[in-house]
Amino acid sequence: MKYTAFAAVSAVALACAAPAAAGPEAEVLHWWTSGGEAKSAAVLQQEFADNGGTWTDMPVAGGGGDAAMTALRARVLSGNAPTAVQLKGPAIQEWYEEGVLADISSVAEAEGWGDVLPGSIAEHMKCEGKWCAAPVNVHRVDWIWANAALLEANGIEMPQTWEDFNAAADKLMAAGITPLAHGGQAWQDATVFEAVALGILGPEDFRKAFVDLDMDTLKSDKMAAVFDQMRKMRGYVDANFPGRDWNLATSMVMNGEAAFQIMGDWAKGEFLAAGKEPGKDFLCASVPGDGFLYNVDSFAMFEVDGEDKQAGQDLLAKLIVGPKFQEVFNLNKGSIPARVDVKLDAFDTCAHLSAKDMGDSAEGGSLLPSYAHGMALRGAQAGAITDVVTAHFNSEMSSAEAVQMLADAVANSL
Amino acid sequence: MTEWLERHIPKMVLAPSFAAVLVFVYGFIAWTAWVSLTRSRLLPKYEIEGLIQYERLFNAPRWDTAMSNLFVFGTLFILISMVLGLMLAILLDQKIRTEGVLRTIYLYPMALSLIVTGTAWKWIMNPGLGLEAMVRGWGFDSFTFDWVINPDKAIYAVVIAGVWQASGFVMALFLAGLRGVDGEIIKAAQVDGIPAWRIYTAIIIPSMAPIFLSAFIVLAHLAIKSFDLVIALTGGGPGYATDLPATYMYTMAFSRGDIGQAASSAMVMMGVVFAIIVPYLYSELRAKHD
Repeated sequence: MKYTAFAAVSAVALACAAPAAAGPEAEVLHWWTSGGEAKSAAVLQQEFADNGGTWTDMPVAGGGGDAAMTALRARVLSGNAPTAVQLKGPAIQEWYEEGVLADISSVAEAEGWGDVLPGSIAEHMKCEGKWCAAPVNVHRVDWIWANAALLEANGIEMPQTWEDFNAAADKLMAAGITPLAHGGQAWQDATVFEAVALGILGPEDFRKAFVDLDMDTLKSDKMAAVFDQMRKMRGYVDANFPGRDWNLATSMVMNGEAAFQIMGDWAKGEFLAAGKEPGKDFLCASVPGDGFLYNVDSFAMFEVDGEDKQAGQDLLAKLIVGPKFQEVFNLNKGSIPARVDVKLDAFDTCAHLSAKDMGDSAEGGSLLPSYAHGMALRGAQAGAITDVVTAHFNSEMSSAEAVQMLADAVANSL
Repeated sequence: MTEWLERHIPKMVLAPSFAAVLVFVYGFIAWTAWVSLTRSRLLPKYEIEGLIQYERLFNAPRWDTAMSNLFVFGTLFILISMVLGLMLAILLDQKIRTEGVLRTIYLYPMALSLIVTGTAWKWIMNPGLGLEAMVRGWGFDSFTFDWVINPDKAIYAVVIAGVWQASGFVMALFLAGLRGVDGEIIKAAQVDGIPAWRIYTAIIIPSMAPIFLSAFIVLAHLAIKSFDLVIALTGGGPGYATDLPATYMYTMAFSRGDIGQAASSAMVMMGVVFAIIVPYLYSELRAKHD
């Protein structure tokens, strides 16, 4: 009798387990492993499970995604690609050209992604007209963060032009305050560079230079003016900047050791985590000039066998772009939702500004991909530009030399 | 049967490692050479395109920096480590009482991983945290030691950390060499009233030539494959001022999805190693034949 009961219980257990295993499955490769990011990834994982899916987590930490990309390469070469992979920018199309990405157009069309995503961001998610990736968020890169108390004490407004910025910085220097908190790592040099370039070149020439790699624009006098401003910026950072991590630079602004920092909106997370309030303790504004540089995280779906996995891809894609996940995830991450129809009531004032500017610049055609964060160019070209930017910033190179070197480096990387 | 086994067991025991080396060393060298002739980007491709990657490599200013850094770093690292190591060995060889303790102290840095060495020296040499801040704290306000953040000097900061790590090991090599010199000759020289420094320069050091060669080979390959020290100490910066061929190769292969470029730089690095090792092998083999 006992045994029959046991057998019955086991049978029920098996019966319950079986459908769960046959449900949607997804193995997800990502590098959201640090504090706030891991929390954000857990949100997606939970929602996937709530919808009956089985999530196999494959986090690969290290090197800003380099380690994850190495793991991905090994998996693809061995013919065993993960279901979904955190990929962004032209890397999506690069992988598509290797013939390993899946088509998720059916989900995208059923969910009406084309209507809710800004046009230029939607373009990044398509491979030859078919949807092949799902956007998670929009980080704005061209932010300038400031210590509110320092600005007030020195009678400085948030700068509207680069001349304003230089005047403010000179004033701060005279008062013995470091104007710009900066970390001397190549990607941070590139982040400041593209913010300056957007302001001085304007959106149209920015696109020509860093999306189309137009040689005339890369060699233009305006580009030389960008390097001139970079030389000024070099004078506004403290002597001890090389190698400093970006979050240490952010805490310099927080602690009043420096007035400004130019960094993407992940810096906001640092301010908020330290209990600072936007508008009161710290200020956020777009850098001088028109336009909006975005850095969009997304998941690309790889070609996989088996209905479970394909169902998993469809479910994952649907959830990622779904309004609920977009809200919860971006509240954790500091970015704004990629879809424009999400209510922003729970977001802070900086996020409101970001969303408003994104809408305006999408209409004005100045919604542009960030080159420094791998949205505009493929790795080899972006890397070649960064090499020149960081070499110029860390030496006495003249702007004319830098412009020539930039054109040579880009030509050599093609 | 036993005779047959006796004759063949060495070959059988060696066969697996021979096969493994054949595939995993020489096989992959051949693979890399092949890929370096293609236009591979994200994933390896196998259509030969000629020497395009080598052209790109030699046109890249960053590669020039990496190669000249290797030259500066390699020369200074090998030279200073050998001179310091030899001096330490000679001083320790004076039959002093605490030799055992001192030898261990000097040899210890070799037991640390280069990542630890690099990180520790990064802090020591950081002007805001380390030596400079300390000396200024003592009241010497004009003291500056900012090599690690100065693009023109940063490679010398890497040399300092490298020498600190390796000179104790070189000392141990030389100490063994010094102990191997025939005591009778030295005594004879002392009886003849030859001063101690002449004994060293004319008798002991020349008789240690093989040790010099071994130390040189060990240090040279440490210098060429040096990667972790730079990553931990400067991250290749400021800018790319302390890039070495190994870090260049890593960046191309793993950050920029430019496998062809990485392969060509790896081949050039191998060429540099061969340029050092082949004359050594040649002289060794010839010595055996004679």
